[in-house]
Amino acid sequence: MKPRQKRIVFAIIAVIAIGVAAKLIIASIDAGSSYFYSPKKVLAGEAPTDQVFRIGGLVKVGSMQRIGKTLTVEFIVTDDQAAEVTTRYTGILPDLFKEGQGVVAKGRLRDDGIFIAEEVLAKHDEKYLAPEVKEALEEAHNEAMNQKEYAQ
Amino acid sequence: MIPEIGHYALVLSMCLAIAQAIFPLIGTMNNTPSWAALARPLAWGQAFFLTIALAVLTYAFLVDDFSVRYVASNSNTLLPTVYKISAVWGAHEGSLLLWAFFLGTWSAAIAIFSKGLTQEVVSRVLAVMGMINTGFLSFMLFTSNPFDRLFQIPAEGRDLNPLLQDIGLALHPPTLYLGYVGFSVAFGFAIAALIGGRLDASWARWSRPWTTAAWVWLTLGITIGSWWAYYELGWGGWWFWDPVENASLMPWIVGTALMHSLAVTEKRGAFRSWTLMLAILAFSLCLLGTFLVRSGVLTSVHAFAADPDRGAFILAFLIIVIGGSLALYAWRAPSIFSGGRFDLISRESFLLGNNLLLTVFTFLVLFGTLAPLVYDALEWGKISVGFPWFNKMFLMVTPFLAVLIGFGPLMRWKRTDPVWLFKKLRIAMIVSVIIGLIAFIPSISTGSLLVPLGMLLMAWIIASHITAIFDRLKHKKGVGSFFADLAGKGRSYYGMVIAHMGVAMFILGATMVSHHGVETDLRMSPGESAEISGYRFRFDGVTRVPGPNYTANQGKITIFQGDEQVVVLEPQKRTYFAQERPMTEAAIDWGFTRDLYVSLGEDLGDGDWSVRLYYKPFVRWVWLGGLAMSLGGILCISDRRYRRKKPKKEQLAQTDAANTLVTEKS
Repeated sequence: MKPRQKRIVFAIIAVIAIGVAAKLIIASIDAGSSYFYSPKKVLAGEAPTDQVFRIGGLVKVGSMQRIGKTLTVEFIVTDDQAAEVTTRYTGILPDLFKEGQGVVAKGRLRDDGIFIAEEVLAKHDEKYLAPEVKEALEEAHNEAMNQKEYAQ
Repeated sequence: MIPEIGHYALVLSMCLAIAQAIFPLIGTMNNTPSWAALARPLAWGQAFFLTIALAVLTYAFLVDDFSVRYVASNSNTLLPTVYKISAVWGAHEGSLLLWAFFLGTWSAAIAIFSKGLTQEVVSRVLAVMGMINTGFLSFMLFTSNPFDRLFQIPAEGRDLNPLLQDIGLALHPPTLYLGYVGFSVAFGFAIAALIGGRLDASWARWSRPWTTAAWVWLTLGITIGSWWAYYELGWGGWWFWDPVENASLMPWIVGTALMHSLAVTEKRGAFRSWTLMLAILAFSLCLLGTFLVRSGVLTSVHAFAADPDRGAFILAFLIIVIGGSLALYAWRAPSIFSGGRFDLISRESFLLGNNLLLTVFTFLVLFGTLAPLVYDALEWGKISVGFPWFNKMFLMVTPFLAVLIGFGPLMRWKRTDPVWLFKKLRIAMIVSVIIGLIAFIPSISTGSLLVPLGMLLMAWIIASHITAIFDRLKHKKGVGSFFADLAGKGRSYYGMVIAHMGVAMFILGATMVSHHGVETDLRMSPGESAEISGYRFRFDGVTRVPGPNYTANQGKITIFQGDEQVVVLEPQKRTYFAQERPMTEAAIDWGFTRDLYVSLGEDLGDGDWSVRLYYKPFVRWVWLGGLAMSLGGILCISDRRYRRKKPKKEQLAQTDAANTLVTEKS
């Protein structure tokens, strides 16, 4: 083969390889990642029941309780308005986990509506609220305000 | 009054940075030597004023000057002195000042250690660095001034984030930043070469030690960060694929590729445009890392309170730097296929393989890190890319790299005889396959194919490098000449060997701890015991102990192996006075073959506590590997040929030959 042909063959192979790789990566990223749902969306039934996903909001004050002599805790994740999701987690909670503070939990929704968390995240910094949580809270807040105005 | 001196010094250094960005560059363009010669004094002046600014901020911390907002938010009279110093770079404003200070220091270092360079190159490199620092200093002065005053002076400061009150985090940011900023030197050399249009071997030779130095700092920074996360975050992991960790890993991988590619460019004159591209990419990724950390666009354990103005500023800066340099690249870079010819089995093509794998891996990490942003922007939903995805991608790419590493040192430039190579490496291959097969024993492999694979690759790297050392010494005066070789010309060779051994050490640690590590969370009553991997952990209850700026609940856990007591560990759960939040302080009994790791969870009442009991085999080798890589890099930098003022004639002749080849080809 002449150098030019070699180069063209090389380029074609490269393009195919990159295309296949991109397809595989995008497919695998969909399988390997978890979507975020606000408590409101979970209650509206938009969250999947067969897949791991994340919820986030505030830990409702006074909602945290331990179940028997185990490491399982139950608490309510709320958007600070009407939506509340009961969440259960077995394990040691992060240091910054606190009632009234922001939280993100990753896990599955059980048929009875209880969210079984595999992982609970609270952050380095108490001023910091995960962007998803912040947005979910703001959305719920704005909606509640609109409804109030509408009622008046 | 004193904080204003710091502020003033900052403004002055910015003026100098602007001058440094403009005059030396114009001076080299229109042949005004007096303007070009301004580069060195301006760099010194800038470093001087930045030192003053940093010293003033440190002083404000030491004397508890809470009229400075930054000090009031991040310090406290009770804070131990060492953490008052580390608090200087503990939050946003101060860490930016440290960034700018390091950029000033690196610039001054170039001004000093560039005697063998032409004035033109020095002026251009320093001009590029002046441009970068102009960006950073204006960012600092306009959006995040560390010397901002408070008009109602608080009596007490809010204290440093307790997580940062630790020696690991006192050291992590400065080392990491030295690495980040260090890549601006390689970037500066690349841009200067593009402006000048002269991409000869001397450019590569000059960039090499600087690039390696930046890489060493970055390696150390990442290693310390990983070690810190392991013992301080209290859940015993050493890498989380967190966006900010990825942000530091990406420039590291590209930097690794750059070091290898620079070797080819220096020795053989090949890969020039590729090397230039990597230099631009490495620094761009450093900036991207800063952007990701500082803007709070990604959910991360490192994310600080977000500020959209700051994010927008860094994003604009990022676009100007990356866009500008890529445009310059497109305009000036030589054609891709320039450089000496080489065969398929040659050092060049294997280094090319290494580069391609590293680049592919960088893009995978980049993709995984930015995917949440892309998905959000396209309204496909809010995703987070999990740990398993990154691990999968890591395992798809890195084993091939480990295979290539083994061939590296025996490979010859231009052409290597495959039969000869096979004969040389026969024993190394047999040894590593045997070790891989031994690792199939169920108690070692734990049923996973990855353990035998990891052990095989580790053995392969070690065995092939030992083979290569013997081969090298045989060509000298035999095995006895090892030390003479190490002291003399072979230093960068042994640097490479040690760095590659670091990779083997890392593989050992990562494989073992991932497959043999045991992590259990338990509820324990005083006196209760639990058995993990042959060790018996006895929980002896919790007592309260005071600390300088906190009080702690201190647990006592006695560990036995058989009937013999191994160690007593005392993990703490601290509450800091100023911020009233709990902090887990793990207790670790470390060793070369295993760490025993315990940390306290919560008080569950009746004297019961939730506790974490971990068994972490060979985890130290992960960081020892990082240290070995850094040590290797340091040996390479100390190689004598970089300190020679003028390159030897033979080397010149060699590169000339390579250049002629290029011209013939093109």
